[in-house]
Amino acid sequence: MAEMRTIKVEALARVEGEGSLTVKVRDGEVKELHFGIFEPPRFFEAFLRGRDYREVPDITARICGICPVAYLLGASQAMEDALGIRVGKPIRDLRRLLYCGEWIESHALHVYMLHAPDFLGLADALELARHDRTLVEKALRLKKIGNEILEVIGGRPIHPVNLRVGGFYKAPSRAKIRALKPDLEWALETSLATVTVVGGFDFPAIEQDYTFMALRHPDEYAIHEGRLVTSKGLDIPVSQFLDHVDEEHVPWSNALHGFAKDGSHHHVGPLARYSLNFDRLSPLAQRAAKEAGLGPVVRNPFQSIVVRAVELVQVCADALALIEGYEMPDRPFVEADIRAGEGHGCTEAPRGICYHRYRIDEKGMVLDARIVPPTAQNQKVMELDLHKVVQSNLDSPDETIKWRCEQAIRNYDPCISCATHFLKLDLDRG
Amino acid sequence: MAARAKPKLAVWKFSSCDGCQLTLLDCEDELLAITEEVRISYFLEATRKAEKGPYDVSLVEGSITTPHDIKAIRDVRKNSKVLVSIGACSTAGGIQALRNFASVKDYSRAVYAHPEYLDTLTTSTAISDHVRVDFELRGCPINKHQLLEVLGAFLNGRKPNIPQYSECVECKRNGIVCRMVAKGTPCLGPATQAGCGTLCPGTDRGCYGCFGPAEGANTAALAARLAHLGKDDGEIGRLFRTFNANAEAFRKESQSHG
Repeated sequence: MAEMRTIKVEALARVEGEGSLTVKVRDGEVKELHFGIFEPPRFFEAFLRGRDYREVPDITARICGICPVAYLLGASQAMEDALGIRVGKPIRDLRRLLYCGEWIESHALHVYMLHAPDFLGLADALELARHDRTLVEKALRLKKIGNEILEVIGGRPIHPVNLRVGGFYKAPSRAKIRALKPDLEWALETSLATVTVVGGFDFPAIEQDYTFMALRHPDEYAIHEGRLVTSKGLDIPVSQFLDHVDEEHVPWSNALHGFAKDGSHHHVGPLARYSLNFDRLSPLAQRAAKEAGLGPVVRNPFQSIVVRAVELVQVCADALALIEGYEMPDRPFVEADIRAGEGHGCTEAPRGICYHRYRIDEKGMVLDARIVPPTAQNQKVMELDLHKVVQSNLDSPDETIKWRCEQAIRNYDPCISCATHFLKLDLDRG
Repeated sequence: MAARAKPKLAVWKFSSCDGCQLTLLDCEDELLAITEEVRISYFLEATRKAEKGPYDVSLVEGSITTPHDIKAIRDVRKNSKVLVSIGACSTAGGIQALRNFASVKDYSRAVYAHPEYLDTLTTSTAISDHVRVDFELRGCPINKHQLLEVLGAFLNGRKPNIPQYSECVECKRNGIVCRMVAKGTPCLGPATQAGCGTLCPGTDRGCYGCFGPAEGANTAALAARLAHLGKDDGEIGRLFRTFNANAEAFRKESQSHG
């Protein structure tokens, strides 16, 4: 009789969401593997219908408390596209600076508090603090500096209030922005040191054949605008995203599974951005990456922690340049004449591209909303990674497999409120 | 002499965006000091360690939206000496409580190809609608200084000092010119509990009600004022119907404009 072994992982910790993993093993081979997300549905796309276009950025921010700016900006861009308005350079630069703040906060949180403990065999950053308090204090300060940018420009770090369709309600003074400079200089140094620390971790030898998808910009390491490109040569405006990517509803997950219509499994997030845009990284960030042993393309998902550290270097340096060049815009926002239309927006949330599409009527009321968050898009490649991780660890005890699987999931920094916290692993070894 | 056992803290999540529990990790200057006083026994956003109850203080984020949630929140209550709900989802049902004013069947069909895979309630409700709650900390998101005050209070066995007066009081105290009087900007401040630090009026916009209804809020008078400023019923209804849509005072006011 076939023996069925079930391991219950009571909690998928340090991930924002609830997940389950079911694995069927026969004759030493992983035959079936399902990764599901059970964050209860919140129905954003449904209740946005009938709301005024001006309300959408603040409402969609509530999809994720970790990366609200991704939603505030993506929704604002989509509405601006629908209304046919464009913001000028001072506003776009101020948005980019604000987004650098969210990136620093989110990446510092993930690298040190959520991901590094896995590589050190520790349960959490508090245990890490007992081993190396100075390191955790530095991590917390780095995270706080990201939050400071969000506070100075946005009013508060979680669900900032100062963003609107067309720009900002109020532009911060030059003095307030300039005052951020000394902290950002410290943050840049600390980010460079972070690359060295995490670059020295041991990484399981796994290389995956992903199809990367990310934003690409002619001059910048794209975070808040650009064209969508893939490692297969696709190069499209954001408005064509849904021609190439769709989502399916599978019985084992409440989060829709994103998939590329050409049958490939696209991967979004740090590895994709880095590998598609290595030439857009600053020389400083490129050098840090090389010194940490990274080539221009990274296909090992466990090395995402190093790539995030390299991106920390990039956004700290970008933030410094933006602070230096900041001039208050003449007007904090661009006014729009309301008209019916359809608009698209897409930014690089810290965990990958986050796409928005809205249709509005002639009074500016939302007729239809579509939001494709990064974690939904990565679910399929997460399954493929987990497949490999389980297969290559089958000789290990259940507890080891469980932890390795959690770590493999945390490679994606999954924001499962746009994913939750419950990896229930059913491992059927046959 | 044996060291005094540290009080045990647990942090729970129901339907939410994770922002309110993140507020605890956003206490960057205080976090390590907190952990010297408190044992973090259960906090999945931060640790894979999960200790069994009973817990001295449980912080609960999120609203109740599934049959499983109802059972889970009862277990949390049973295992917690003090239960504090944190944030608009847990104190009022959150933005996902907009389903309470609509048909969940229609919502499911609008978003999901297979609504039959979903196991969800037709309402999103506050924690206090299901179990006894010792304190409700408002906000979308909560304010970190208020969170530290509430934690400090319960760990020291005193009552938290959290004002229930309106945002207007805070604006006056901070010397912020009234947006509604001076510029005619619609503002929920007169009916909204203080606590955010006058963020929106300080940023040249009207308050949008993150902290829910203030004690004794006169929403009808505010609605009349908004109508006087030229807002139609739809706009007034929507203004009350966001992150605290299911808080009683806001719910009733929005329904009288629907």
